[in-house]
Amino acid sequence: MMADEASAALRLTGIKKSFGATRALRGVSLQIAPGEVHAIIGENGAGKSTLMKVLSGAHRPDEGTMELSGRPFAPDNPHDARLKGVAMIYQELNLAFHLTAQENILLGAESSSLGWVDRRASRERARAALAQLGHEQLDLDRPAGSFSIATQQVIEIARALLTNPKVLIMDEPTSSLTQADTERLFAAIARLRAQGVSIIYISHFLEECRRVADRYTVLKDGETVGTGDMAGVGLDHIVTLMTGREVKDLYPRVEHSAGAVVLSATAVASAPRLKPASFELRAGEIFGLAGLIGAGRTDLLRSLFGLDRRDAGDVVVVGASAAADSPRERWAQGVGFLSENRKEEGLMLTLSIADNLTLTKHAAFGRFGWIDGRKQRAVAQRWVDDLRVKCRDASQPIGQLSGGNQQKVAIARLLEHPARIFLLDEPTRGIDVGSKAQIYQLIGELAGAGKAVVVVSSYLPELLGLCDTIGVMCRGELSAIRPRAQWSEAEIMRVATGST
Amino acid sequence: MKDTAKIVLTKAGPFLGLLVVIALFSIPNETREFFLTYHNFKTIFTQTVIVAIGALGMTMIIVSGGIDLSVGSSIALTSVVGALVIQAGWGTASAVAAMIFSGGFIGLLNGGAIAGLRMTPFIITLGSLGVARGMAKWLADSQTVNYEASPVNRWMTTADPFGYALPTGVWVALVLAVLTALILRNTVFGRHVFALGSNEATARLCGIPTTRLKVMIYALAGCFFGLAGLFQLSRLRQGDPTVAVGLELDIIAAVIIGGASLSGGVGTILGSMIGALIMAVLRNGSQQMGWPTYFQEIIIGLVIIIAVFVDRLRQGRQT
Repeated sequence: MMADEASAALRLTGIKKSFGATRALRGVSLQIAPGEVHAIIGENGAGKSTLMKVLSGAHRPDEGTMELSGRPFAPDNPHDARLKGVAMIYQELNLAFHLTAQENILLGAESSSLGWVDRRASRERARAALAQLGHEQLDLDRPAGSFSIATQQVIEIARALLTNPKVLIMDEPTSSLTQADTERLFAAIARLRAQGVSIIYISHFLEECRRVADRYTVLKDGETVGTGDMAGVGLDHIVTLMTGREVKDLYPRVEHSAGAVVLSATAVASAPRLKPASFELRAGEIFGLAGLIGAGRTDLLRSLFGLDRRDAGDVVVVGASAAADSPRERWAQGVGFLSENRKEEGLMLTLSIADNLTLTKHAAFGRFGWIDGRKQRAVAQRWVDDLRVKCRDASQPIGQLSGGNQQKVAIARLLEHPARIFLLDEPTRGIDVGSKAQIYQLIGELAGAGKAVVVVSSYLPELLGLCDTIGVMCRGELSAIRPRAQWSEAEIMRVATGST
Repeated sequence: MKDTAKIVLTKAGPFLGLLVVIALFSIPNETREFFLTYHNFKTIFTQTVIVAIGALGMTMIIVSGGIDLSVGSSIALTSVVGALVIQAGWGTASAVAAMIFSGGFIGLLNGGAIAGLRMTPFIITLGSLGVARGMAKWLADSQTVNYEASPVNRWMTTADPFGYALPTGVWVALVLAVLTALILRNTVFGRHVFALGSNEATARLCGIPTTRLKVMIYALAGCFFGLAGLFQLSRLRQGDPTVAVGLELDIIAAVIIGGASLSGGVGTILGSMIGALIMAVLRNGSQQMGWPTYFQEIIIGLVIIIAVFVDRLRQGRQT
């Protein structure tokens, strides 16, 4: 089904959006016909989320025009966008779990007279919205929290349908659904399409996109790099569009070679997000974990480090007793962990650089429990100088630093401890290119010094440029571990998206 | 240069507040003669002792990201315990030990329940507020516990023959304040208290034994509350199970006025002590002005709100 010029439900032309120096969108054009399911495809960071935020009114574009059914569309905020006909279903469910299904569907749009909720009218509208999805039998009086995830999603979609949207945006709707639930969702999508609702479908799973979508648009680095009909297109072609990029000289190679095994994981599992995973890590090796967001990479690292309970499996740190597996004991064994969540988990933003840097080994800075503050600050200052952290001095609260500088301190904590096994979760997320290059250099030097490093990253060029071995995870399963030479971006994406 | 000025202002904020309050009461004709005298300040210091010692423990708890609502009840319970021990003729030292111990024990139970059952401190200590108060009344048989003269009675008196010496309670509070400030600032335990309150997830990630740490914090703070109970007993000269109702709110207010954050990770002992003094000065000054008590309550309530608001303005300008 081609979107013809006159009848497009939604048309975007040359949308640009920058955040400071970051150009998130560099010119995106998109055209969607009524009753069309349109897949938006791209790697993490390609600009999908920003584009959806522009569409749903959360961000205003810097340049470009949007038209909805031929009329200019410039929403002030998500509520305004919804009233004008563009509704969004977010990846994370937004339900008030204690309220009933009916109350959730009508939240913010209750039928009322003089402030009193009109229950009968409310019920009819909720039923009508559910009927559109083929779920009219749903018990409207049960608390939303008591339903399964899949049914909760139905409630959420029904809420979006109340305003009779022309365009419905679905962001990764299947990421927490089982196969059977996914089928039911597809059936609901088919019904909406038959009713003339246009759907923008965002998913990392290419197979899914091919099944459900009529057309596709591929984004890369904030630009539209391809668009067309789904029918007859090879997934290979789409993967090439997504990743067609060269690895630059951002990744300096420091001479290093793998030595003896220092950590081995055997069938480590944590239901339901992590299926049994096994791998061996050697001294002087950089091991990369690739996969889509939510594929279980972070769960694997956290289970290894003892931050999350693991249901089964063994983790052996060579030279340490097997029984010990709390974060405290892992640090004692020389294992260090860098959280992907710098602000929520990695750092204590109200405390000083020195305190953040030495938290795992406070006891080493004095006797009888008293900390020698001068010594502590001197050690921290040395790292601040070594890593060129921009700050007043080591006693400055870390919350006042930029992201890149915060991350350098977070990594310095592992260096100072000192760790011999580094578990790094997204070590370069959200930091500037200069700091990135510095962190790559540092990781290379660590391997050169015989340390073992595990890097989780969603940025493929980084993994290919940095790692000796790469394992790819898909839906909680660590399915393939191969030397870097046997991987390409296209091949990693193929395994990570579960395409065959 | 500008940075230094900013730091000084941030650190000295509560202190400036205290000076303003003192200045305000020094100006009016009604109080000019009596307010700004050594004897009056000796009275103010003595009146601050119980809240101040309670605020030492509360500062640790609030900095760690917790709260303790059971302090008033703990003070009543420990003062009853102390009175009973003295009444039984076991001597002063055993009475003091029994009070510190029973305060610490309540803290241990609070901390154990909070860390062990993974429940919010607000709920646990709201419960123990009732439990401790009930226990106090039970032990005291719902009456005041009286005893013959004891050295304890002399520790909070302002009417000593020399006139100038501060009572024991003030000295104890001062020494403990210095000690606690040093512990919070310079020991592994103290830094871990800040780490826990600043970000519990990070503390866990860095291998800090958060469960044990929480129990220790509440138990140690409980010992302080036991000591506050001792000076409550010393002031009343009898064990009263109905005393100190709502005192926990005064103590929390002192800590908050002193610049601590209820979300944890921020707070100083010096600030909390000044906070306690600000409230005592307000009470004392209002009394001298002849204002009715309801007026004092309104003023102190407003001061809490203003103090936190000003603090937030200051923080906002900093970042």
